[in-house]
Amino acid sequence: MSIAEELQIGPAAKLAVEGVSKTFPLRKEHVRALENVSLSVGEGEFVCLVGPSGCGKSTLLNIVAGLEIPDSGRVLADGRAIPGPGRDRMMMFQESALFPWLDVLGNVLFSLSLKPGLTDKERREVARFYLELVGLTRFQHASIHELSGGMKQRVALARALAPNPRVLLMDEPFAALDALTREQLYGDLQRIWEQRRKTILFVTHNVREAACLGDRVVLFAPSPGRITHEFRVDLPRPRDINSVALAEYATRITSALKGGERQEVAE
Amino acid sequence: MKQPLTRILIPLAFFAGLLLAWHLLVAARIWSPVLLPDPAEVGRYLTSALPELASATWVTLKRLLIGYIAGIVLGLPVGLLCARFVSLRNSVGLLALGLQTLPSVCWVPLALLWFGQSEGAMLFVVVMGTVWSVILATENGVRSVPPIYARAARTMGSRGLHTWLKVILPGSLPFIVSGMKQGWAFAWRSLMAAEIYVTILTGFGLGHLLHYGRELNAMEQVLGVMLVIVAIGLAADKILFAPWERFLHRRWGTGR
Repeated sequence: MSIAEELQIGPAAKLAVEGVSKTFPLRKEHVRALENVSLSVGEGEFVCLVGPSGCGKSTLLNIVAGLEIPDSGRVLADGRAIPGPGRDRMMMFQESALFPWLDVLGNVLFSLSLKPGLTDKERREVARFYLELVGLTRFQHASIHELSGGMKQRVALARALAPNPRVLLMDEPFAALDALTREQLYGDLQRIWEQRRKTILFVTHNVREAACLGDRVVLFAPSPGRITHEFRVDLPRPRDINSVALAEYATRITSALKGGERQEVAE
Repeated sequence: MKQPLTRILIPLAFFAGLLLAWHLLVAARIWSPVLLPDPAEVGRYLTSALPELASATWVTLKRLLIGYIAGIVLGLPVGLLCARFVSLRNSVGLLALGLQTLPSVCWVPLALLWFGQSEGAMLFVVVMGTVWSVILATENGVRSVPPIYARAARTMGSRGLHTWLKVILPGSLPFIVSGMKQGWAFAWRSLMAAEIYVTILTGFGLGHLLHYGRELNAMEQVLGVMLVIVAIGLAADKILFAPWERFLHRRWGTGR
């Protein structure tokens, strides 16, 4: 495989979550993390999953990643059931989960190391391409502990992008960062998403963040974890997290989120 | 490397001062020169007994290295298995914890009864000094690797053995290196004790030279051999472990 082929922007995947339920045993009780959740995500769509902690949104992400197996229901990528974890669906975590024993380049290379059909030289070239995409070429030989929180998440993004996945799964990737760094990364993520055309599922509890990034915002409610509302965000990109139009969306979503909770109490 | 003054000149000056103080102490004639010979005496012994010392060092290091490597080869996989299987942790792991608290010199009488005055006894003592520390450190290290590393690796296509070799093992390196260092220290001490304690006819080690120094009342030999033993310990630290520790400091950002 040539580098050009490897770096080609392939079609993003369509995702379909069909009637997924998942229960976790917790002490003597059973936590119904997800109950009969269905969701379909279009090719190249950026969908944000929002909800309070414990509403199952991260569980859904793990199920789509193939890291957890649902009790019932299934996940389809392009109409085919997912066969477990795979490089077509790469995950980014809240903690960068970068490997401290490798340098920056080594971490990006790791996600390519098991991808067949590439020589080592080609792998290095591909890894450098993605480091450049996230603006960290200069730091390729740095150790992970030398990086700031924002830089770590950039490396994690490069690592997730490197095998050229069709789906990117992001589990509160910016939650632990300071506001300024986060705003920068919103810009970067939107730019990279438009350049590389991925289907993105993005979990957050930050409504503004969701409105800023998502084509669609899906609201979750806890116990049992389920989807209560969906919003389409029709704002031009790139979006600025501080814009007034975005604030209006965020307000509507927040009130729906609160409404959902009140409904929950009434039940 | 950047500061030759602090890295070379200061230790040099310090040890020169130590030798001078030693010499002055001898010159002051507080103790009999039989009990405290001049550093020059010890130096003369070291040069005159060079062939003897070299062969003793070779015998000792051979026992140490073979036993130590065997201990690691044995301990590392057992430690990994203990971390992987709870039932092993509660059986073999517990045994390792118990035997690690046993001062490894205590293996010497048993080794002599089992293996006689042979190389086998020496190797056994060294292996027993090494293996339990390595098992415990590996097990502890593996269990301290954040589970998210393995999860992240899984999404990148890593499975089974690949995950263990490329993620879990390097992730637990800080623990494993400190366990190997402890194993080395235990093995080295117990080997010296064993060599002083019993004569092994298949080879005269440094411990034997030390022992005969005492028998002959040759203090310059006792001190000379002690110096060699210290030098070997220092060299082992600098050659075997310092590169690993530098790597760990650089990558994990610990120390300094």
